[in-house]
Amino acid sequence: MQVFQGIKIVNGIAIGKIKIYKTPVYEINEGAPADVDAELAKFESARVKVQEQQNALYDKEMKDGHKDTAGIFEAHALMLDDDDLIDSCKEIISDGHTAEFAVRDGFEAAAEMFRNMDDPYFQARSADVIDLKNSMLDVLFGNDTESLQGTEPAILVAEDMAPSETVKLDKSLLLGLVTRQGSSNSHTAILARSMNLPTLIQCKDIADDWDGKFAILDGYNACIYIEPEQKIIDELSAKQAEDRKKEAELQQLKGKTSVTKDGQKVRVYANIGGPKDINAVIENDAEGVGLFRSEFVYLNSKTDPTEDEQFEAYKKVLEALAPRLVIIRTCDIGADKTIDYMNLDKEDNPALGFRAIRICLKRPEFFKRQLRALLRASAFGNLGIMFPMIISRWEVESCKKLLEECRKELEYEGVKVGKYEIGIMIETPAAALCADDLAPEVDFFSLGTNDLTQYTCAIDRQSANLEDFADTHHPAVLRLIRETIEAGHRHNTWVGICGELGADPTLTEEFLKMGVDELSVNPKSVLPLRGNIRNADLSEFRKKQAQESQAQDSNQQVPGFWGRLFK
Amino acid sequence: MKEFKYVITDPVGIHARPAGLLVKEAKNFKSTATFIKGDKSAKATSLMKLMGMGIVQGDEVTVRVEGEDEETCAAAIEKFLKENF
Repeated sequence: MQVFQGIKIVNGIAIGKIKIYKTPVYEINEGAPADVDAELAKFESARVKVQEQQNALYDKEMKDGHKDTAGIFEAHALMLDDDDLIDSCKEIISDGHTAEFAVRDGFEAAAEMFRNMDDPYFQARSADVIDLKNSMLDVLFGNDTESLQGTEPAILVAEDMAPSETVKLDKSLLLGLVTRQGSSNSHTAILARSMNLPTLIQCKDIADDWDGKFAILDGYNACIYIEPEQKIIDELSAKQAEDRKKEAELQQLKGKTSVTKDGQKVRVYANIGGPKDINAVIENDAEGVGLFRSEFVYLNSKTDPTEDEQFEAYKKVLEALAPRLVIIRTCDIGADKTIDYMNLDKEDNPALGFRAIRICLKRPEFFKRQLRALLRASAFGNLGIMFPMIISRWEVESCKKLLEECRKELEYEGVKVGKYEIGIMIETPAAALCADDLAPEVDFFSLGTNDLTQYTCAIDRQSANLEDFADTHHPAVLRLIRETIEAGHRHNTWVGICGELGADPTLTEEFLKMGVDELSVNPKSVLPLRGNIRNADLSEFRKKQAQESQAQDSNQQVPGFWGRLFK
Repeated sequence: MKEFKYVITDPVGIHARPAGLLVKEAKNFKSTATFIKGDKSAKATSLMKLMGMGIVQGDEVTVRVEGEDEETCAAAIEKFLKENF
């Protein structure tokens, strides 16, 4: 048995024979061709042929409902129309070279340009050009590329996979994928994620003599076992069976409501960081977005983002996810994130410093740009506006006053503004303890449990030294959560949780008992959380609760269930 | 000559597929549209050069359009940018 490491793209286990996938080696004639015009004609006919192939791949992907990968081939077909690329190849031929020589050097130069770019996305595009180069050479050499995969189900092992290669693969024969090259931006990675296929990249030890050998790819531990011993086989086969069962169960949960056995409904929302996460929300069947971090518009920009830029980004998400509620949190930048154009002073204690709403209220012109963008976007979907780092009622009043000013300005300008809800993050002990005072001001509360825990326990969550002291289930935090929910409900303010605790399966039942209205978690946790909710049964608890409240004289100060629990 | 500025909001910048569609759009017009960012520039009809500019989110590009149908061409490109980038 041998074990080799790589970098995992997708978790999961693949078990089966290995098939080495080899792209053909091209023997290029370096000599001068007899007839330059014939070479030019060969080049042109190959170009047209490959363009047809790319269009056919585009059609195939569209038919299969893979819009993302279809787009790759559409771009490929357009690249083959590029005048600069065509002219540079034709020039090489005219200088006295064969069509294949021109394709190799011409396309290689274009790939080199992408390789030298700074941005990883553009760097990865060199693979597209190389893919086109190989397709051109296959046509020029008359290579048959269909039979490379073999006819049995297998774990494919390759140097790297080009997009046209990955698409041509028969997916029903594909158990897993291992490549020596590749990056998390590469097509291999995109394919692996879209198929949820166990995949390793950057596996430097792949070897030709693996071909035909029995192997297990363990995505969890980012390794592949060649000819594994029986113990490993048994262990990982069991893990695979368990994964399959779980996955099937999760898929069943799509389209279902998040409701407990005794009928208590909770909304399960997703946390997102930008328009790129729209698909994840839809694929995981989230019922809304409980936290859309607007920081990306600030962090990805070299200059202060304009109102229009922000509007476009918010609108994109609201439109794509309508009629779901999308809660956008206003700027939560602080001195711990360095943004040059914000000109923030260095602080000794940024977590307790000039950040989030404090910056926004001190810089109303900056804040109003975001508020105007949000209000304009509200016409395109179902928006919630959420203010972070609140400690006092006057802050909420000031935010609302500015928002109202912006709304009036827009109305005066004749710009359409839709309906929206207003909420605040409850992430400071101050806000949690004053929740009764804050609730009448807003439609909803959202508990940011990460900061709430950090501020309540005075524990820096980044510090490794504090691990022994950090208790994510600290009773003080749970008590603040419960009291916030109760305070919200006294004023008809609904209450959600958008911090990491919301996805903690060991707390789901506890939160349900507290009566939380919404839980917002990372998209991947949506379906597992829905499963937990649907498995919960609170009928016993509610019965007890009802008995207790009956026994309790309304004026007497007898602690209820929670009071006893936290005493 | 028509000229306008646009700031890219798309998280990946001017990337392959929409850039390809932009080229298609630009080819519908007789005018020549040029994208300018800093000291780099590319014709809107040249996909490779356009992508080679490495335009990412937050970059401001200047689009210069010259030719007989520059009014409609500039309007069409601006609309395309707003919808796709």
